[in-house]
Amino acid sequence: MFVPCGESDPDFSGCTLVLPAVSVGNVGQLAIDLIISTLNMSKIGYFYTDCLVPMVGNNPYATAEENSTELSINTEVYSLPSRKLVALQLRSIFIKYKSNSFCEKLLSWVKSSSFTRVIVLSSSHSYQRNDLQLRSTPFRYLLTPCMQKSVENKIKSLNWQEMEKTPCIPEMSDSDYCVRIPGGGITRALYEEGCSKEIYMAVLLKFVSEGDNVPDALGLAEYLNEWLQLIKPQSKDPAPPTLPWKIPSSWKLLFGSGLPPALF
Amino acid sequence: MPDGRRGRGGRRGGGEARDARGSCVAAAAGAEEVAACAGGRGHSVLVSSHVKVKAGGPRRDPHLHPGLEVRLLRRQTKTTLEVSLLEKYPCSQFIIAVGNNAVAFLSAFVMNSGVWEEVGCAKLWNEWCRTTDTLHMSPSEAHCVFYHLKSTPSVILCQCSCYVAEDQQYQWLDKVFGSCPRKNMQVTVLTCRHVTDYKTSESTGSLPSPFLKALKTQNFRDPVCCSLLEQPNIVHDLPAAVLSHCQVWRLPAVLYLCYTDVMKLDLLTAAAFQPVLASRSLKGLAKNIPQSTEILKRLMTLNEVQSNIYT
Repeated sequence: MFVPCGESDPDFSGCTLVLPAVSVGNVGQLAIDLIISTLNMSKIGYFYTDCLVPMVGNNPYATAEENSTELSINTEVYSLPSRKLVALQLRSIFIKYKSNSFCEKLLSWVKSSSFTRVIVLSSSHSYQRNDLQLRSTPFRYLLTPCMQKSVENKIKSLNWQEMEKTPCIPEMSDSDYCVRIPGGGITRALYEEGCSKEIYMAVLLKFVSEGDNVPDALGLAEYLNEWLQLIKPQSKDPAPPTLPWKIPSSWKLLFGSGLPPALF
Repeated sequence: MPDGRRGRGGRRGGGEARDARGSCVAAAAGAEEVAACAGGRGHSVLVSSHVKVKAGGPRRDPHLHPGLEVRLLRRQTKTTLEVSLLEKYPCSQFIIAVGNNAVAFLSAFVMNSGVWEEVGCAKLWNEWCRTTDTLHMSPSEAHCVFYHLKSTPSVILCQCSCYVAEDQQYQWLDKVFGSCPRKNMQVTVLTCRHVTDYKTSESTGSLPSPFLKALKTQNFRDPVCCSLLEQPNIVHDLPAAVLSHCQVWRLPAVLYLCYTDVMKLDLLTAAAFQPVLASRSLKGLAKNIPQSTEILKRLMTLNEVQSNIYT
């Protein structure tokens, strides 16, 4: 359930909700970190459930001593009122058997809060790509039918590639075709529920491998930015313009502590 | 990524099978049912009232018996509490030690002064428990014992020496704290972590362990007794569950975390919590420090296995 930080419940009607799926390389979560950090979104509440493994830490987006001591938990909601943008960040994995419960609770919150649309940032195993997918862009999108009607033209103008249907059972030659997102966590469940509950939902994903997924996160955030235009390039140089993403302070030591000098 | 956990928490692929315990038979349901099912991972289960435990051990199926996972019992009885512990026992100070060193510290420094009366215990079973007979665990084996100070019954202390698994933590919270946020209650959590979990730009081998770090909720206004835990470090397990609950429901709470290189019962590690005795919640409770240090030493020797290598 949503628990606000302040005394009153914020008004989400007319807002876009972006959230990550806990998926391969944690790319969706890293991309949401970039969005929250760069746009300086403020924390407005928690989406407190019994579905994710508990974790706490100090403010991952701290910029100074003063704001570094705010406690953060595993599911927090941030907002940027000027752009009617709300971000839900998930920082841990699902407890076994709880992912479906989470999807239900999330979509019920989306409906009751009157969010205009939901965008899920996710990823899928790059080693599961078929030959055509190997030769094309690693980014894909999916839209629920009602969303399709509303943003069709915009998506067409961006020249994006829709996620292809692949055999449901890859080993069977006469298998039916369906949307499969291996490594995508709850992405497919959310998408299918979104279709059946008529939610305006888009899924943006990238084919990735586990490793240093920071460039993948930057790529996915830029893919989202092509559509939502959240930040503009700052460089005056005509080619190629770079977007000024702000790396969160918590992204240091991603590969562990420093090494003992005696090792070398 | 090389290892499973990062500063961002839980960086494992979403679609992959977890290396976790998996779904299993509920041992809490009764030994007969456990015995009737095939053990997982190639381990066999004897058809008897005892379960043969190998490296994996019998596993739980929360679908079969979700209600029996964490049981909160009235003191010294087998009857379960109908309401949450803190609904039954109003509390102004809730102090919890998680792990053997934190438990030893509270036993020696806090429980040694004043009269502490047991008010309940939480029984649970998971793969980390050493006992396999879940129905007949004696009160002395109960893993999470709650006490209140007889002279000030609103001070409640919890000694939690077992591991509360991730799919039991919210149940534990519900049975202890209940669903309604308790107002006017301050929470103090003490626990340990291995120093290799601490992320720093220097090598962890050069750190002067054991050392204390703290995390506090937004509503905690008292001074803390050590420096705060810097990003990208995070905390998991029951201490994180307790602190999350307090942060969401705006309770003042503080977690004192001792990073140590010795996770088993250790004098230096348990004694490293001493700065916490200066905090508002513990100041009035620890009366006899020199005697406490002696008690702590005795607790250590009681648990030491005598080495006979030279005899």
